[in-house]
Amino acid sequence: MSRKVGIPGALLYYYYFPLWQAFFQALGAEVAVSGPSTKSVLNRGVELAVEDACLPVKLALGHVAELAGKVDYLFLPRLVSVASREYICPKFLGFPDMVRQTVPDLPPIIDVNVNLYRRQNKLYTAFRAAGKIFSAGEARIFLAYRRGLAALGKYWKLMGEGFSPEEAINLLNRSSPRCPQPSNAARTIPEDGPAAASDKAPRPEREKPVVAVIGHPYNIYDPYISMNLLKKLRQAGVRTATAEQLPETVVRREAAYLPKRLFWTLNQRMTGAAFYFLRSGRVQGLLQVTSFGCGPDSMTGELIARRAAGHGDMPFLNLVLDEHSGEAGVLTRLEAFLDMVRQKQEGGRPG
Amino acid sequence: MKVTFPHMGHIWLCVKTMLEYLGVDLVIPPPSSKRTLALGVRYGPEFACLPLKLNLGNFIEASALGADTILMAGGCGPCRFGYYAQVEHAILQDLGYRYELVVLEPPERHVGQLLSRIKVITGNNSWRQVYRGVKLGYQKIRAVDELEMAIHRLRPRETIPGSADRAFLEALREIERASDLAELAVAQRQVKEILKSVPTEERDVLRIGIVGEIFTLLEPFANLDIERRLGRMGVEVDRSIYLSEWVNDHMLFGLIKGLRSRRDACRAALPYLRHFVGGHGQETVGSTILYARAGYDGVIQLLPFTCMPEIVAQSILPVVSADLDIPVLTLTFDEQTGEAGVVTRLEAFVDLLERRRRGRGRVRQEGTESKRGLRVTKA
Repeated sequence: MSRKVGIPGALLYYYYFPLWQAFFQALGAEVAVSGPSTKSVLNRGVELAVEDACLPVKLALGHVAELAGKVDYLFLPRLVSVASREYICPKFLGFPDMVRQTVPDLPPIIDVNVNLYRRQNKLYTAFRAAGKIFSAGEARIFLAYRRGLAALGKYWKLMGEGFSPEEAINLLNRSSPRCPQPSNAARTIPEDGPAAASDKAPRPEREKPVVAVIGHPYNIYDPYISMNLLKKLRQAGVRTATAEQLPETVVRREAAYLPKRLFWTLNQRMTGAAFYFLRSGRVQGLLQVTSFGCGPDSMTGELIARRAAGHGDMPFLNLVLDEHSGEAGVLTRLEAFLDMVRQKQEGGRPG
Repeated sequence: MKVTFPHMGHIWLCVKTMLEYLGVDLVIPPPSSKRTLALGVRYGPEFACLPLKLNLGNFIEASALGADTILMAGGCGPCRFGYYAQVEHAILQDLGYRYELVVLEPPERHVGQLLSRIKVITGNNSWRQVYRGVKLGYQKIRAVDELEMAIHRLRPRETIPGSADRAFLEALREIERASDLAELAVAQRQVKEILKSVPTEERDVLRIGIVGEIFTLLEPFANLDIERRLGRMGVEVDRSIYLSEWVNDHMLFGLIKGLRSRRDACRAALPYLRHFVGGHGQETVGSTILYARAGYDGVIQLLPFTCMPEIVAQSILPVVSADLDIPVLTLTFDEQTGEAGVVTRLEAFVDLLERRRRGRGRVRQEGTESKRGLRVTKA
């Protein structure tokens, strides 16, 4: 009987799930994902977490609790660093331990260290350690790892084309890889990127204003946590652009305008993307989504807000989410923001 | 050039000594106060942690006294502190303060980068001079730390309320006045005399270890003077981080032997927290374990609101507390923290520890109870 590996549908699930899934499946394991996020998942997480923890961590604990007892292993890699001389955030470093000390009835946890802080460190080290648990041979582990990387490459390509993580994962898991239209249709790829898809879009679509949504992937792509933000924006008649559509080279080039290199990978992407969108003039509004109590966001959010203020008439909204966020309040602010966006597009000055 | 720097406990004494020794003009910001905090809260990012807001207030207040250059430490994460200087500088720029910024970052490529940044401040002094200045600064901060440790022992045992604190201020002035190593040695003998003159009696006191984030631990304004409050409630405190130990661990690569080191704490933390998490998260867990092993009655964790490494530690401490049977109280500080709330919780915690002790039948002297109890004086 194949063993079941549980992967919480939270945190960096949105960046790496295809890699993890393909890897474990190639080793003959079954992969179970928790989710989607619901009120009860979040409530469970809030019960387990310390009060001061941030929203994504609380939600992730809820996802873990949902898997506990239903799977043979929990895959919670310790994501120390995914890029040279960068970290993610202290809570990612401590997450497996936080889980171990707070969630009851846990199966064995696979908490291999992913640490690429030093340039000579290899990603394969982590996967080799994880593969050993399934008593697979060296060659089989390596092949599984390569298969995982290939899946991840395809996944990021799809996201670059404007598919949301959910759509991209569905596409990958369905073997016929053709899907109607990416939902993030607003292509804002720079001059040196592939040809902008928005130019191919039907005419009325092209005339819609574009709003850049800047935030951690686990906040903006989780429909429950973001209260369907991306969908709401599209229904309101705007196109959305996110950091995940931009190539790594672009976000890093833009983030280099900061006075000091950021040591948080995710925030580097967010900040670089925000700077790019502001500078390129291809967006008509900037919507920043942060979660209450997020440390890195409190710093880069400030830098992004200051940069946006420097672009005088750029509509800017900072949306702070927590477990008490009410949908009505968010809607009101969103409507006001969209009014400004439309005014800007029509050429008038907002406000 | 008039150099200023942010407050953190008695670090001002160390920096002042070094810079004055090298003939650098400096402005010490007024001690952190409600006004400092109000300035920081008004202009700082809403969700930034308390130290950033106080730093910002310090710089604004120092600017009024003529400071034009900021001297700050940097860092390479994942704690937010590593990006403080840049964010604070951006805010000050937008507010119209023209500050030069000198950040002592850990060198990225070679040590020359760090040395050249130091040179901006030290100017024409020879490296030999710089070394002497740093050495004097370090010795002073070690002297202050030893003084604090002595005061922690004296406070719960003083027979005249407030005498230990008066002695502390007097001794601090002695240390501050010393302008070279020979004078410092004389000052330290003087300090011993001052401490001896505090009338005390032997009492069976509670012992509490204070752990947590370094700024909140070291800055009495940030932690509402928790050490003094506990001392006056009849508790002997120990702190998991003293500035000299931190400097030895992080800047001198453990060169000075015989000091307590973070390594012991991190090793102790391993069964519960297997990886460093930035800041002092792992030290907090480890120190709690070490205090439990050393027979302390309780542990108090201090953190600024939203502090990431300490939240990881906070999530783990309940299990440590249950496993090792040691009560742990977590206190979070930000601009909303009220004195009364903190005092109430401290009193309740001390009460609890006392009951536990009595339950174990370890309190022998009957007279001690009334002396401890709920006697809280305004600091």
